[in-house]
Amino acid sequence: MLEGSTAIAFYIISFVMILSAIAVVTLKNIFHAALFLVLTLFAVAALYILLSAEFLAAVQVLIYVGAISILMIFAVMLTAQLTNYNIKQTNEQSLPALLISVCFIGITIFAIATNNKLGGFPIKENTEIAGSNTANLGQLLMRDFILPFEVVSVLLLAALIGAIVIAKRDN
Amino acid sequence: MNLRFDIMIPELFLFGWAIVVLTADLFFIKEKKNALLYMSQFGFLAAAALVIFTPTGPNEVGFGYMFYNDTFASFFKIVILLAGFMAVSSSFEAVQKSIEHKGEFFGLVIMSAVGMMFLVSSTELVSLYVALELSTIPLFILTAFQKRYLKSSEAGLKYLILGALSSALLLYGMSFMYGMTGTTVLLAGSITMLLNSANVHYGLVLSLVLVVAGLGFKLALVPFHMWAPDVYEGAPTPITSYLSVASKAAGLAALTRIVYGFYTVGTAAEYWGILIAILAALAMIIGNFAALLQSNIKRMLAYSSIAQAGYILVGFVAASQLGLSGISIYIFAYLFANMGAFAIVVAVDHKLNSDRIEDYAGMARRSPLIAVCMTIFLLSLAGIPPTAGFIAKYKVFMAAIENGTLFWLVMIAVATTVVSIFYYARVIKEMFITEREVESSESKWILSSPITIAILVGLIGTLIIGIYPEPFLELASTVTQSFVY
Repeated sequence: MLEGSTAIAFYIISFVMILSAIAVVTLKNIFHAALFLVLTLFAVAALYILLSAEFLAAVQVLIYVGAISILMIFAVMLTAQLTNYNIKQTNEQSLPALLISVCFIGITIFAIATNNKLGGFPIKENTEIAGSNTANLGQLLMRDFILPFEVVSVLLLAALIGAIVIAKRDN
Repeated sequence: MNLRFDIMIPELFLFGWAIVVLTADLFFIKEKKNALLYMSQFGFLAAAALVIFTPTGPNEVGFGYMFYNDTFASFFKIVILLAGFMAVSSSFEAVQKSIEHKGEFFGLVIMSAVGMMFLVSSTELVSLYVALELSTIPLFILTAFQKRYLKSSEAGLKYLILGALSSALLLYGMSFMYGMTGTTVLLAGSITMLLNSANVHYGLVLSLVLVVAGLGFKLALVPFHMWAPDVYEGAPTPITSYLSVASKAAGLAALTRIVYGFYTVGTAAEYWGILIAILAALAMIIGNFAALLQSNIKRMLAYSSIAQAGYILVGFVAASQLGLSGISIYIFAYLFANMGAFAIVVAVDHKLNSDRIEDYAGMARRSPLIAVCMTIFLLSLAGIPPTAGFIAKYKVFMAAIENGTLFWLVMIAVATTVVSIFYYARVIKEMFITEREVESSESKWILSSPITIAILVGLIGTLIIGIYPEPFLELASTVTQSFVY
C-alpha cells in the first residue's frame, strides 16, 4: 500500500495527469492540446519514478516528450493557420462514448477491488533485485527477449518502407 | 537460452527473400517489373516447402518458450503462405494497373507473412504482440497503397486507427495477465501453478474480455467488425483477399494460443466458452444478414468473411481436439474458396472496372469457365456439397454438437447458413440467368497466367477436399496432436 510522502506524491501526480489528459481531448485550440499532452506524458514519467523504474521514466521523457510531442507541435506550427484555428473536439457520439468510458472504468475498478478483497491478483511482492534496474533490463532485452527484440527491428524496417511509400510523391 | 535457429528457417528465409525482392526492384527496368511477382510467388512456395521439412513436435521449442514449432503452427504457416502465394498471383493485373511502387508492394506482403508466421509460433505474450504488429503494420500500408484512389487512403487510415485501438486493448489485457501470473509464457504448465483456482478472478475475466476484444478487431468479429467492409472495399483487391484469409488465420491462431494457454485453468475456463459462443452467434447473424443488403461484391464478401469467422468460432468454442481439427479443415476450405473468389473479383474488376454485383450479369455467356469457377467458390463458401465448404461446416458443427451444451449455437449456425445461400446464389443468378447485352469487343476474356494459377489452385483445393476429404481430415486431426492445452 501507499504510505506517507509516496502517497501524497502519487495523488498529486495522478491529479495532474488526469486533468491534463482531459484538457487534451477537450481544448479547442490544437496547439494548447498538444502542450497539455506533453504535461500528461511528463506525469506518466513521474509515476514511473515513483515505481522506481527510473530507466523507463527516462525513456518515456526522451521518446514521448522529446520526440513525439515535439514532432506534433512542429507539425501544428508548420501547418499554416492551424495554431489559431479552433477545432471541434466533440460530435454527436461524444455522449455515448463518455458513458461507455465511464462504464469501462467502473468495471475495471470493480474487478481490481474485488480481486484484492478475495486475495486474488496474486501479484508477486517486490523482490529485491541484484544489480541496477537498467543493467537488468539490458540483460533481459539482450538475452531472454532477444527474439521479440530482433522482430521489432524487422517491424521498424517495414514501417520505414511503408512511410516512404506513403509520403513519396507519385510521378 | 536455446537459440533454435533451425526451427525458424522458413521465417528467416522468407525475411531474407523480402529483402531480395526489395533490392531486385532497383535493378529491373519498368517493363520487367513483372519478374518481382514471379520472385514473390517463388518465395512463398519455397518457404512453404521449408515449413514442411522443418521438424515439428513438443520438443521444438526455442528462445526460452518464445518460439514453438508444433504441428498447429506448421499448419497455419502453410495456410498463410498459400494465401500469400494466391494473393500475389492474383495481383498481376491490379499491380500493373494501379500500383506505383511494385517492389515495396511485394516486399511488404512478404514481410507481413513473416510476421504472421512468427505470430502462429509465439507462445509468449511479448513475442506474440510484436509479431502481431509486424503482420498488421505492413497491411495498413498495403491497404492505402493506391494513393490516387480516395477510398484506398480512407480505408488505410481507418484500419490504422482501429488497429492501434485494438492493440491498446490487447496490451491492456496482457498487462493484467502478466500482473496476475508474473509470467508472459503461455505454455499452460507454467501458469497452472501460479493461479489460485479456488477464487473467482474478476481480474482474469477482465483480461480475457480485453484480449478477446483486441484480437476480435483483428479477426473482424461482431461487434468489432465496423472497419472490415470499408477496408475490404478500399484496399487493392488482392490485399483484401490476403487480409480476409491470412490475417484471420493468424489472428485465430493467436487467440487459440492465448485462450487455451491462459484460460483453461481455474475458474476462467467457465467464462470464456459462453463469451466466445455469443461472439460467434453475433458474427453469424449480423455478417450473414448484412451481406444480403450489399450491392458491391467486395463488401458482400467482407460481410461473408465476418460470418465465416463466426462459423470458425463455433469449432473454437467446442474446445476439443475435434473442434480444433474442425477449425483446421474449415480454414483450409475457406482459404481456397475465398482466395479463388477474390481472384475472380480482381479479374472482373480489371475487365469491367466494376465491383458491382449487377455487372456480373451475363458472365456465363461471356466466359463460362470463369462463371463456373465462381459458382464453385461461392457454393463452397455457402457450404453446399460436393465442395470443401460442406465438409468443413459438417466437421465444425459435429464438434459443437459433441460438446453437448452448444446445441443452440449449432441451430443458429444452420439457420444462418440457409440465409447465406440467398446472397451467394444472387451472384450465381446474375451470372447465369440475367440477360445482358454483350458487346463484341468484350466477348473474349484472356486472363494472365498468374491469376489463372490462383483460380486453378483455389478450384483444385475446393474440389479435392470436397470430393476426397479423407487425407485432409487425417491431416487436420494430426494438427492439434502436439498442441499444449
